[in-house]
Amino acid sequence: MLTIKALTKRFGDNTAVDAATIAVDKPTMIGVIGCSGAGKSTLLRMINRLSDASDGTITFEDEEITALKGAAKRHWQSRCAMIFQQFNLVPRMDVVSNVLHGTLNKRSTLATMFNLYPQSDIYQAIEILDRLGIAEQASKRAEALSGGQQQRVAIARALMQDPKIILADEPIASLDPMNAQVVMQSLRAIHEEDGRMVIANLHTLDTARRYCDRVIGMRDGRIVFDGTPAQLTTGVARDIYGAGSDFSEAATSTEIETLDRPEVREAEAYV
Amino acid sequence: MTNTTMGMTLSGVNAIQSSYLAQVQRRRLYGGLALLIFVVLMVSGFNIADDRNAGGFWEGLHQIGDYPADVLSEAWEKRADMPALILRYFPALVETINIAAVSTLIGAIGGLFLSLLGTRGLAKWPRLIPVFRRISDIMRAVPEIVIALVLIFVLGGGPVPAMIAIAIHTAGALGKMFSEVAENTDLKPVEGLASTGATWLQRMLLGVLPQVAPNYISYALLRFEINIRASAILGFVGAGGLGYELRNAMAWGPGRFDEAGAIFILLFGTIVFFDQLSSRYRNRLIEGQNQ
Repeated sequence: MLTIKALTKRFGDNTAVDAATIAVDKPTMIGVIGCSGAGKSTLLRMINRLSDASDGTITFEDEEITALKGAAKRHWQSRCAMIFQQFNLVPRMDVVSNVLHGTLNKRSTLATMFNLYPQSDIYQAIEILDRLGIAEQASKRAEALSGGQQQRVAIARALMQDPKIILADEPIASLDPMNAQVVMQSLRAIHEEDGRMVIANLHTLDTARRYCDRVIGMRDGRIVFDGTPAQLTTGVARDIYGAGSDFSEAATSTEIETLDRPEVREAEAYV
Repeated sequence: MTNTTMGMTLSGVNAIQSSYLAQVQRRRLYGGLALLIFVVLMVSGFNIADDRNAGGFWEGLHQIGDYPADVLSEAWEKRADMPALILRYFPALVETINIAAVSTLIGAIGGLFLSLLGTRGLAKWPRLIPVFRRISDIMRAVPEIVIALVLIFVLGGGPVPAMIAIAIHTAGALGKMFSEVAENTDLKPVEGLASTGATWLQRMLLGVLPQVAPNYISYALLRFEINIRASAILGFVGAGGLGYELRNAMAWGPGRFDEAGAIFILLFGTIVFFDQLSSRYRNRLIEGQNQ
C-alpha cells in the first residue's frame, strides 16, 4: 500500500532523515517515536509533500508520490490528511468553516472566497463534529475552543478530506492527559471504524504502546526500530532515546494511571 | 475501549445543522448585500467623478499617451545633450535626497519619542498617552504640502521649509508605526531593568530598543523612500531641489522637454536605486531576526 524507499532529507550539511525505508501493506496504526530532532516531523512532512525529499521515493498504491507536481500534488495532499501539534486551524473562523477547509481541494478558489459550500458538505461537517463529540461548538470561533477541542476540530478537518492516510505530527504534545486520551481514542476509532491508515509521531512511549499496532523508532534521522509494541522492550527504548539505565518509561508517561502504577507496564496490545 | 462516537441524539444534530445553516444563509445574504452596495457605490462614484471632470474620462482616455509621447520624442531627438543635462541637474538631485535624509532622521527621532510615550506599558506618563497619540495623529493627518506652503509663505522658498514639513509628517507616521511595534515588545526585560533602579530613558534604551530596532530601521528606510518622492513633489511648490527644476522644465512646454526627460531619468533612477537598496537591507534585517 504505502512504500517508502531510502527516503532522505538534507538541510545543508544536516541529514534530518537518512535513508528511511518503510513498507505498509494494509491500513495500520503506526506510531513513530524518537527524541526531538530525530526526524519524525520531517518524515511526515515529506509524506504529505509539505516539504520535498532530497532523495528516495514514496509510493502509494503504485503511484509515485515524490514525483507529483502542481494539481496532482495537491490532490495527493487532499488524500493524505495532516494533523499538527499546534492544531493549525484558522483561529478567527468558526469551527464548521475550519472543518469545511478539508474540501478545499475539490472547490474553486472563487467559491471559497465567498464562503460558498454546498449544504450537503455543511451537514457532513457537523456530523463529523458530532462523531468527535464537539457538535455543540459548531458556530463558535476556533480560537474560543480549548486545546483538546481544537485538536478534534483539526481531526474533523482531516476526516472531511476523506483521506486514505492520516498523518498526525505530535497530536497530543500540547494537550493535558485527559484531552490527550480523547484525541488518541478518536484517532484509534477512525483507524478501526473507517479503516484509514494513521501514522502518528508520538513523544511518549506508553501512548505508542497503547494505541498503535506498529511502532517505528527513529534516532538521528535513521530508523532504528520497526516492530510491534510487544517487541519494544525497555532496552530497545533506551537505545532509541540514547538514554542510560536510569531511563524509565513511567517518568515520561502522560497516562493518569501511571501515577498508581509506578512500575513500567508490561507491553500490552491495546483494544 | 469506550465508544468515541460520543454523539448526541439524532435530533440534536439536526437542530445544530439547521441553526448553523440559517446562520450561513444570513451571512451570505449580508455578504451579497455588501457586494451589491460596493458595486453600486463604485459605479455611481465613477459617474459623479466623470460628470464633474472638465473633459470627461472616456473622451480624454485616448489622449493619455500624448504628453509622454511629446516628451519622449523631443528628448529622443536631443539625446546627445542628455548626459550633460543629467550632470547639470545632479546637484538638484543631491538637494532633494538631502531634504529626504535629514527629514527622515529628524522625523524618526521624533517618531521614536512619540511612540514610546504613546504606548501602553512603556509610557513615562501613562495619563498622557492619549495626548501623545493625538499629537502624532495630527502630525500625520496634515499633508506635508500644506505645511510646506505655510512655511514657504513664512520663511520664504528653499529646502528648509520642505525639510521641516516632511519631518513633521514623518514623525507622525513613524510614531504610529513604531508604537504598533512597541506594543508587541516583551515587557520582561523592561521590568528586569526597572528592578535594578534604571531610569525611564535607560529602560527604553537598553530594554526596548534592542527588541524593536530591526523593525524600526526597516520602517524608517521605507519612510526614506517615501520622503524622496515627497521632497521631489515639494519642489513643485518652491521648496527647491529636483521638483523645482522639473516644474520649470514642464511649465515652459515644448522646447525644454529634453530637460524634463533628463530630470525624469534622474528621479526614476534614484527612486529605483534607493528602493532596491532599502528593500535589500530590510530583508537582511528581517532574516537576521529569524536566525
